[in-house]
This record gives sequence, structure tokens and C-alpha cells, in this order.
Amino acid sequence: MSICTRPCLVLAVACVLLDLRAAGAAEIPPAERRSGYEFMGRETRAMQDDDATNPGLLWVLDGEALWKRKAGAADRACADCHGDARASMKGVAARYPAFDAALGRPVNLEQRINACRTGRQKAAPLAFESRDLLALTAYVARQSRGLPIDIAIDEPTRPFLQAGRETFYRRQGQLNLACAQCHDDHWGAKLAGSPITQAHPTGYPLYRLEWQGLGSLERRLRSCLVGMRAEPYAYGAPEFVDLELYLMWRARGMKIETPAVRP
Amino acid sequence: MARAVVTLPAQARRGEIIEIKTLAAHPMETGFRRTQLGELIPRDIIRRFVCSYNGVEVFRVDLHPAVAANPLIAFTTVATESGTIAFQWIGDNGYSVTETASIRVE
Repeated sequence: MSICTRPCLVLAVACVLLDLRAAGAAEIPPAERRSGYEFMGRETRAMQDDDATNPGLLWVLDGEALWKRKAGAADRACADCHGDARASMKGVAARYPAFDAALGRPVNLEQRINACRTGRQKAAPLAFESRDLLALTAYVARQSRGLPIDIAIDEPTRPFLQAGRETFYRRQGQLNLACAQCHDDHWGAKLAGSPITQAHPTGYPLYRLEWQGLGSLERRLRSCLVGMRAEPYAYGAPEFVDLELYLMWRARGMKIETPAVRP
Repeated sequence: MARAVVTLPAQARRGEIIEIKTLAAHPMETGFRRTQLGELIPRDIIRRFVCSYNGVEVFRVDLHPAVAANPLIAFTTVATESGTIAFQWIGDNGYSVTETASIRVE
């Protein structure tokens, strides 16, 4: 009898542990969540805080010009439908990625802008990471600066959030690492001299000093995946958007910093 | 498209030290990097930045390949009189951008 009990008990404990992980027990408790901003040095923080020194503003200004510029066969500008972005786009970036009923899945802000371009302006979609798409995204997201991230999880969105969460906890690549092993288990420690942050995407698109330019969250995720020696997903891939949805949900309630500056 | 952003106080007291911050949109390509095919990417940098206060040069910088993209140049000057402060960035491939700002000195 006693011979049987021990393996059963071990199995039961293992099941409980697996169950907890699936339920997200390894996630950072809300009170301990921090933006990447708080891991930065004094100088980089000052650079982000002052619009006169934040190079992301150069993209925001470009985005403002593009917002008013007519484009496509419809010869319409963003402003012709949406008016003043300072009012109409306030809080929008805080809700993305959001569920798109027509596509039946969540889309990120870049994809939403391109949907407007192809659908309403009858113009060619802007390439991912192109200066124009980054500028428009930064300009739209800038209108939500200081507002809390507000990802609505309803029935249609839930499976995509779950898929994103599974990607975050799944080991992948030649180094056999999961995102969570760094960003949940070892945040605050150093990796190659740089602090490991908590994977809260509060300031995208953001100016990275390493990039010498503005980049999207997907570009940042690609560098993590390449570092894990995993094959990165293509820009706009469903796996990427699901992961973005999960990461934004992880950061729910935290304030948008776009355009942020990171080292 | 935004080429440069200049920030300085709109007004100041006579003799006050004011801070001027400038950001120029520029890739600052060093000329030492190569493409994936091994071809050298030609140098494309800002070479000089000049600030003139009512026509008098008050600040000048020579820039070199090691300077980062979108260079931020911040400096101070003394507010002597009301007028125009002009900024000019000059670089490779005929790059030239000028900005002006006005200041009221009381």
C-alpha cells in the first residue's frame, strides 16, 4: 500500500504545480510590476522625460504631418475622418491589440492603421518598421501618454490571450528558453551587463539608443527571439500579435509612455 | 517632415543664462559600416552646427563619425537682447537645415 502512495503523491503535487503555472501563478504580482523606465539610468530617464531631448518626438512630429496629408485613391487624410487626433485618438493605443470583428482576431495598432489605409484611403499599406508607419503609430500612441493600459478581455479575445501566454511560457530556440525564465524569474538581474526588465511594453513604439532609431514592439521581440536562437515570427504574424496582446494585458493599468527611450 | 527641433525659453531677463536644446533628424552614417554583401556604406554625417544670436556666432560644433544618430546638442548662452537666434546644421551630400527662434529679453 505504502509503495503505491508515494508515486501517486508525487504525481498529484506535479499536477498542482502544472495547474498553477497554467493559471499564471508565476506572473509578477501587481504590486511588484515596474516599467522598463524604472530600470534605466538617470540620464536616459531625463532624455525620455523632456520633449526637447526625446528623439522619439522627431517621429511624432512626422506622424502629425502624415495624419493631415491626403493619401490614396480616396484622396483622404486620417484627419478627414478622425479630426483632431489629440481628442479622437486619446486612449486608443492603450486598448491595442484589440479584437477586429472582420478578421475574427486581434490586430495591433500598426495593422489597424494599415487597415484604415487600404480600406478607407484606398492606399497601399505601409511596410512594417517603415519610417511612415512608425511615425503614424507613434503619433497615435503619443495621444495616450500617461493613460493606463486598458486591454479588454472578452470571450472572443480570451483564446488569443491564452495563445500569447502559452508562447511566453513555452521554451523555444536552440537555447531552449522561455520568455518567462528571464522576465518573470530573473527580472532585476543582469544579462550581459544590462538589467533584465519585466516585459511590460508601456512605451512602444520607442526610441532605442542601440537601434539609433524608433522601433516597434515586434522589432524588440525579434531581438529577444534571435537572442534565444529561435526563429523570429514574421512582422504582423498571428503569434506575434497574440504575444503582444498578452504582454499588454500583463501591463494593464500601467501608464503609456510613448515615445519612450530605452538603452 | 521634421528635420530639427529647437527648444529655448521665449523670454528671459537681460544677462540671464538660457539653455538651448536642439535635436536634428539625421542617420549619422559613419562610413565604416558595410552591407550584408560587404559593400561599404558611404559616410553621411552632419559636419557642423552653428548657432547665431542676432547674426553673431555664439556657439559652434564640429561633428565626427562617432556621434550618434539624431544628435542632441544642448548648450547655454547669455540673453543679451531681444531678437532672432538662428541654427544651422551642415553635412555630407548637401545636407543643410536652418531653424530660427525668437527671444524677448527684458
